Amino acid sequence: MHLLFEPGFFASGPVRTAVVIGGVAAVVSAVVGVFTVVRSQSFAGHALTDIATTGGSGAFYLGFNPLAGFIGGGVVGAGAMDLIGVQRVRSRDVATGIVLGAATGLAALFLYLDTTSSATTGATQQILFGSIFTIDRSTVPVVVVLSVVTLVGMAVIRRPLLLHSVSPELATVRGVAGRGIGLAFMLALAVSVGLSSVAIGSILSTALLIGPAAAALRVTRSIGAATVVACGLGIATTWLGILLAYDSADWVRSGQGLPVSFFIVVLTFLSYLVTGVPAVRRLAGRPGRHPAPADPAPADRAPADRAPAAPAEG
Amino acid sequence: MFSGFMVNAWAVGTMVAVVAGVVGFFVVLRGSAFPAHAIPNGAFAGAAGASLIGINPLIGLGVFSLGAALGIGWLGRRGRADAVTALMLVLMLALGAAFLSQSTQYEPEIYSLLFGEILGVSTTELLPVLILGGVCVAAVGILFRRLLVTSIVPEIAAARGLRIHRTEVAFLVVVAAATTMTVPVVGALLIFTLMIGPPAAARCLTDRPGRALGASVAVALTTVWASIACSFESNWPVGFFVGVFSATAYGLGRAYAAWHLSRVGRPAPAVA
Repeated sequence: MHLLFEPGFFASGPVRTAVVIGGVAAVVSAVVGVFTVVRSQSFAGHALTDIATTGGSGAFYLGFNPLAGFIGGGVVGAGAMDLIGVQRVRSRDVATGIVLGAATGLAALFLYLDTTSSATTGATQQILFGSIFTIDRSTVPVVVVLSVVTLVGMAVIRRPLLLHSVSPELATVRGVAGRGIGLAFMLALAVSVGLSSVAIGSILSTALLIGPAAAALRVTRSIGAATVVACGLGIATTWLGILLAYDSADWVRSGQGLPVSFFIVVLTFLSYLVTGVPAVRRLAGRPGRHPAPADPAPADRAPADRAPAAPAEG
Repeated sequence: MFSGFMVNAWAVGTMVAVVAGVVGFFVVLRGSAFPAHAIPNGAFAGAAGASLIGINPLIGLGVFSLGAALGIGWLGRRGRADAVTALMLVLMLALGAAFLSQSTQYEPEIYSLLFGEILGVSTTELLPVLILGGVCVAAVGILFRRLLVTSIVPEIAAARGLRIHRTEVAFLVVVAAATTMTVPVVGALLIFTLMIGPPAAARCLTDRPGRALGASVAVALTTVWASIACSFESNWPVGFFVGVFSATAYGLGRAYAAWHLSRVGRPAPAVA
């Protein structure tokens, strides 16, 4: 038993906080992530982590609560993307890119001011990479409450959002306001990403948003089932990653353990690769070949997405 | 402003702007903004790894950016391109975080890899930038027609027998080469901004490929020169000015497109 669980694993306060927060972030990310992947908005999902980070570094410089900065930055970024045209597939990439570029510039300024105005070393790395083991205990209740609010919001917009994601035309006929539902989803995405980047760092935020959802959508076609599978995968990789990171201090000669984000991301990546193996897909009742036409994101894809599936492929 | 070490900054800034303007034109046209963001960020991990084992960071950058490009190309073939790009990106970043955790790297090094150190470029760094930049521009020149056709009308390109997937991978490799050359001098985050903002602004001005390409380079040059000048005067980081000026250029481009539409009554330029 001690081989798997190092002595003191369960008694450690930071580990317990990490297990709780990691689990909560994994569930919220998976629920929002399934729609992010289906709607082909992974870039926006990732960009919002960087934009939230800008908000976080701005709050750090101005002396606000970083959590407010992270979420405020994400929400403002999502609004700006919507304004430029994230709802149209063709201009989505550029809209996201422009907002991300501007936010990155601001982040450069804030981090520069942070490091010149105060002597806090470690600020850059802390803000950019975050760490699940250094979560402030006092932010835990806020993170949990906001996560519940995001989940309730997703439950409310679930049906129209699903319809709009799968067939925007049909949604319009049915009277779903596409722009409104798109914006509502972007806001949910911004809040969930802001929460997870402050709690578990920006790398893990994207990893848990996209990885489990993309893997789940490779083994099941139903959104409901995919959400459940993604939640399970997200929680499993997060907790296993925390365990491995805790143990890893003994593996490396320096005694300096490897970061938890490294393990979680590697596990996530492996789960994505494994779910692509034809035998696994058959086991889950989904035909192994031709993934492109079966994916439930038909009219909503950019041409660049479709290109690899073109028939002239040599 | 034009003496001593600043000469190198102007020279390298000009080269980077030309390459970003040319490569970025196709990044925007092909909707490859996400790979263009992911490859430089992934390359950053390579530099961290190289400094850990004590080899030239340029090698680490090259290996990792090429690895990211090929990985995105290979996995994207069967799977959702954007989700795959996100996964490659976080895998690279996680490797970078692992490398950093094992090294005793001083923190400003991270900042400079991400945000660049254009005002501190040494003369010996100029030559690799010039060579790789030349290679990138030449590669885009050779691939020009093929890239244009596969970007705008993929169906016709497929009917003509052009290998769309190979073209995509070749283009990603060009982005990787441009990244290797530019990350040490302008940083991982900035090169992305330069590859998106100016070309997107240029596309608002005209819909002819040749003119748009020229406009893209011109806007990129203006952005970089103005940023270096402002940074020199204010002492604030170059990255801030590049980000703000790129977004401003795009805003002006959109305003021009809207004005053109209201005056001529038809949407002449294709708003990206």
